[in-house]
Amino acid sequence: MKTAKVHFTDSCIELAHGAGGKASRRLIEGLLVPYMMGDKPTELNDAAYVDADGCRLAFTADSFVVNPRVFPGGSIGELAVNGTINDLAMGGAKPLALVTTLILEAGLATSELEREVAAIAKAAQRAGVPVVGGDTKVVEHGKADGLFITTAGIGLTDPRVSLSAKNVQPGDQVILSGPIGDHGITVLLARGELDLEADLTSDTRPLWPFVSALIEGAAPGLRWLRDPTRGGVATALNELARDAQVAVMLDEEAIPVRPAVRGACEILGLDPLHIANEGQFLAIVSPEYADIALKTLRSVPGGEDAQRIGEIQAEPKKAVLARSRYGGTRMIDMLIGDPLPRIC
Amino acid sequence: MKYVDEFRDPELIRKISEEIHRLVDPNYHYRFMEVCGGHTFSIFRFGLQNLLPENIELVHGPGCPVCILPMGRMDDGLSIAQQPNVIFTAFGDVMRVPGKHGTPLELKARGADIRMVYSPLDALKIALDHPDRQVVLFAIGFETTAPSTALTLMRARELDVSNFSVFSNHVLIIPAIQAILDSPDMRIDGFIGPGHVSSVIGAHPYEFIAKKYRKPIVISGFEPLDLLQSILMLVKQMREGRFEVENQYSRVVPSEGNISALDVMKEVFEIRPLFEWRGLGTIPQSALKLRPEFAKWDAEVRFQIEGARVNDPQMAQCGEVLKGVLKPHQCKLFGKECTPEHPVGALMVSSEGACAAYYHYVHLQDTVGK
Repeated sequence: MKTAKVHFTDSCIELAHGAGGKASRRLIEGLLVPYMMGDKPTELNDAAYVDADGCRLAFTADSFVVNPRVFPGGSIGELAVNGTINDLAMGGAKPLALVTTLILEAGLATSELEREVAAIAKAAQRAGVPVVGGDTKVVEHGKADGLFITTAGIGLTDPRVSLSAKNVQPGDQVILSGPIGDHGITVLLARGELDLEADLTSDTRPLWPFVSALIEGAAPGLRWLRDPTRGGVATALNELARDAQVAVMLDEEAIPVRPAVRGACEILGLDPLHIANEGQFLAIVSPEYADIALKTLRSVPGGEDAQRIGEIQAEPKKAVLARSRYGGTRMIDMLIGDPLPRIC
Repeated sequence: MKYVDEFRDPELIRKISEEIHRLVDPNYHYRFMEVCGGHTFSIFRFGLQNLLPENIELVHGPGCPVCILPMGRMDDGLSIAQQPNVIFTAFGDVMRVPGKHGTPLELKARGADIRMVYSPLDALKIALDHPDRQVVLFAIGFETTAPSTALTLMRARELDVSNFSVFSNHVLIIPAIQAILDSPDMRIDGFIGPGHVSSVIGAHPYEFIAKKYRKPIVISGFEPLDLLQSILMLVKQMREGRFEVENQYSRVVPSEGNISALDVMKEVFEIRPLFEWRGLGTIPQSALKLRPEFAKWDAEVRFQIEGARVNDPQMAQCGEVLKGVLKPHQCKLFGKECTPEHPVGALMVSSEGACAAYYHYVHLQDTVGK
């Protein structure tokens, strides 16, 4: 699908360019894609497809630079496996194998490296996806932040589904796999900069079991999948609305958010829709398959809280809106920069 | 969530909305200003305007401390941030406010040591952790945040921390309201009084609005029910020909204010004779500076800040928006040159700013057709 021409004119790279919101999109579309992929029409998804001898492979890579490296419910090693598996799953592909690159800063404690390598192994074993290779580089002290991990993955797409924004039609239903914001708020609190505590853990987990079940139960109705990581649900749905030239109308009341996430967002003036997730995904499903898809998701352990949260509309194109329980409508924009707390 | 959900009960909200519809004079166009940026944010977030009669217009006031910060003060702050050996700290809201040569985030990307803090005490802690660096807090906020800056300064004095200072941009709400009331294009019928500020200063300082200017004011909380009830109270006052200070937010706002907070402010701060507000011009006695006793921790003294004056960007109509003369989308730059990602005026920066709130929440409303 051809997207509108973007020009990247920012004079230097800021953290916002990596935050998953508008600035990231501008960097990718305005600078990276034109050079690397030329003017060929391209669709920007979590995984790319490669056709080989009648098979369609999905191919992806992702880097992990989270701070702190360990947080309630997970760590950078676990994220590096789950995140890449999830990129493949969102492409409708069964993950086959991973390779992982470690960038180590001189001075990193061996015990910490060992802990994260063990976390990588454990997460790969849990997901049933082997790590088949990788690379290690060491950089001078001060040239990196302890440990960066890049993981690439390859998967085999299921011929029963074709997932793309261009398939999305008015009337399609928006399904969310579970409560949002757990990962982002957990990491924010784990940084220890706020005197806030909450009984929260990251939601990091492999999503292929859910996608696999959805394909078995509702393949003809599956249009588009996306795990709303950085930038949150708001950014993922804005990208969909833009790419598919449709509107997304959310029913705000139906969006599952845990009380601890809601509370932290209230205090900090953040919108849960902008907070990062690592173990949830959005599915756009045709209306006739929406019930079966929801039932299927809820039948997979860990999918009990899945909800139908909205509907695709024809107008206003390229917009995401939320209807409040009071009858008001608000516009949901993409994340701009990083979520910044308000002071009062 | 306790203390939140009670104030978002759809049935109660529907009832109050109906009562407002019943009590308004259909032949009169009401203009109520919500002074506080937090109110603006809530109004948009919950779509409250949709629940009001069409002849009630909500005007977004000057109560967002980021929005009223003139570019000169930003430039002064950022000139400190670029000095060697300085760690410059600021609240999240400030990080995207443009100075003449970029925002704090842009300067940080170019290498300045600029850090976001969540409270003034966090900045003091950074100073204690880095005794070899100069740590500066870019302090902003109305009476809501001034007491915590004051307490931090008292703590710095107690510990005799020599590498910490505060660049005070604290402002006062009453002179701002006074300036709006005295403005020749003033068209406001009543005020939704700020909740957080009033929890510090109390209800009494607003008496002049009712007595001298004969305008009603209702101090309001931030939940949908709080705001609708406050609007109902304003409509009732007008209907009954009363001009009073009423306190809808009595669960948080004591009439006499927070005496101990006011005391620490008095101990640390004195009133500046003049202070420039973005869009509103120079307002006498409208801001706080450190008392001479705290000169050791005053960044303006330590870094010999003379006070840059930078004219607001041409074409930007922040002042008219702040006074309620223009709606945000009526500004010439709105949504074109000025967006939340690249704000020209500060009203587009903070989520409490009227322009950002408009941009995020309602600028497609016409297309949606409500």
